[in-house]
Amino acid sequence: MTLLQVRNLTIRFGRKVVVDDVSFDLDAGERLGIIGESGSGKTLTSLAVIGLLPEGAVVDGSIVFDNVEILNRSDGQLSSIRGNHIGMVFQEPLTALNPLMRVGKQIAQPLRIHRGMRMKAALARATELCERVGLPDPERIVRSYPHQLSGGQRQRIGLAIALACDPSLLIADEPTTALDVTVQQEVLNLINELVREQGSALMFVSHDLPVVSMMTERVAVMRSGTMVELATVSKLFGGARHEYSQMLVRAARQSDDEFVRISEGGHR
Amino acid sequence: MMRGNRTLTIGISLVAFSLMMFLLSFIWTPYDPLEINPELSLTSPSWSHWMGTDENGRDILSNIVLGSRATLITGVLAVVICMLLGVTIGIATAMSPKWVESPAIFGTDIVLALPTVLFAIVLAAVYGPSTYTAVFAIGIALSASVAQVTRREVNVILLADYVTAARASGSRNLRIVRTHVLPNLRASLFVQASGASAIAILAESTLSYLGLGTPPPDPSWGRMMASLQQYLIIDPIFPLWPGLAILITVLGFNLLGDGLREALDPTLRRDVE
Repeated sequence: MTLLQVRNLTIRFGRKVVVDDVSFDLDAGERLGIIGESGSGKTLTSLAVIGLLPEGAVVDGSIVFDNVEILNRSDGQLSSIRGNHIGMVFQEPLTALNPLMRVGKQIAQPLRIHRGMRMKAALARATELCERVGLPDPERIVRSYPHQLSGGQRQRIGLAIALACDPSLLIADEPTTALDVTVQQEVLNLINELVREQGSALMFVSHDLPVVSMMTERVAVMRSGTMVELATVSKLFGGARHEYSQMLVRAARQSDDEFVRISEGGHR
Repeated sequence: MMRGNRTLTIGISLVAFSLMMFLLSFIWTPYDPLEINPELSLTSPSWSHWMGTDENGRDILSNIVLGSRATLITGVLAVVICMLLGVTIGIATAMSPKWVESPAIFGTDIVLALPTVLFAIVLAAVYGPSTYTAVFAIGIALSASVAQVTRREVNVILLADYVTAARASGSRNLRIVRTHVLPNLRASLFVQASGASAIAILAESTLSYLGLGTPPPDPSWGRMMASLQQYLIIDPIFPLWPGLAILITVLGFNLLGDGLREALDPTLRRDVE
């Protein structure tokens, strides 16, 4: 069953076309990676899906989520989908949390909005969610302010907020780019695990092909606003058709070889 | 900590001094401030009348204490009006689309271009001089700058990732204002309210000096200044008293505002750990 259907999505700022004629489908429970360099339009594509394009963006085409057209919807209509059926994890775990608000309250927000929960019940659920995203001592965590937590912990909070209402689609926009390498792996495993557990679809936006190939089955390669290739991970590594995809695969292989060479050299 | 906040300490002390005078006026004044006593007309400061007496033989100290009411009440009410009005307009314009925001900015610019006192004089001419005319005139005039500053601050807050994240969780505008904008605006509002108090008190004094504030017989510092300055030749200290009262209060609120800004804005703090 098709959960998300993007057709001929075009985003413009004034005369500048930043996303050009992008189309793809996403089935329920499926995991799709969107990969591209900065400025390739991958983030704007994901923001368009949740209806959060910045002011001044002109959009054409169609985005149908769960049989509902997202484009040209009013903010009020979209807000019942956001955080409820579509959850989103942001790149910067530091700035994506309000510094003046205890994190428990921030996790409670979507529950209060979409589930109509009272603060007390929502906070109790927030504590459970903290536990679910692998945070130690959840009672203490929900009472903390963002600055008292590490980057990895904050990103787990972001994940708890995104998954609070059991969305059928999770959008992760470079969720590990701002994290330490050791923490990256943990957070990626966690996302993998939670998405699988919950059966949500995943749209994973990244510039890192090895990461994307680890997280998803299919990859959409974007470059300067257009989608140059859409293929399964194995197909992409087996023989990418577009020149840019080939370059990405080569780069991924090279760094892999380099890693093997260095680690073997180190043993000698 | 103590050194960095000296401004705040002095500001709080001066404001507290004015507030004590205000509270004292409800309990006790050395003499009946309104009692006319022709034999004692225009006596210089003495042990029985610390600040001397005015042309009608009224005790100046008692009038200064009582006059704090007109000044502080007008000032505080004007600030309440200007904050309510200014913050509402500021947040509303910041959150509305460009085609609403631009004309609104133009509107506040026009109000900003009018000098506060001139605006108050016009209102007083139309509605007659009274405490309320002064309160509204000062409140409306000051709200323009509060609206401008608030709008700018809100625009910065709205760009924050956590606001986008809140929208992505389904928050709508009202909830975003309540949970994200207002808490992050709080520090700036304290500073603005304190600064506005200083300007409002000064404006009230100016208006009553011109005879457009609180009407007699209730004393006000501005009017006392206007009447006592005629007797400079008899004793130059007479108009100094209301002047000093105004100075202390205005300086107090100004220092309080600066001190708060310093204390609440970490980038201005000199003693970062």
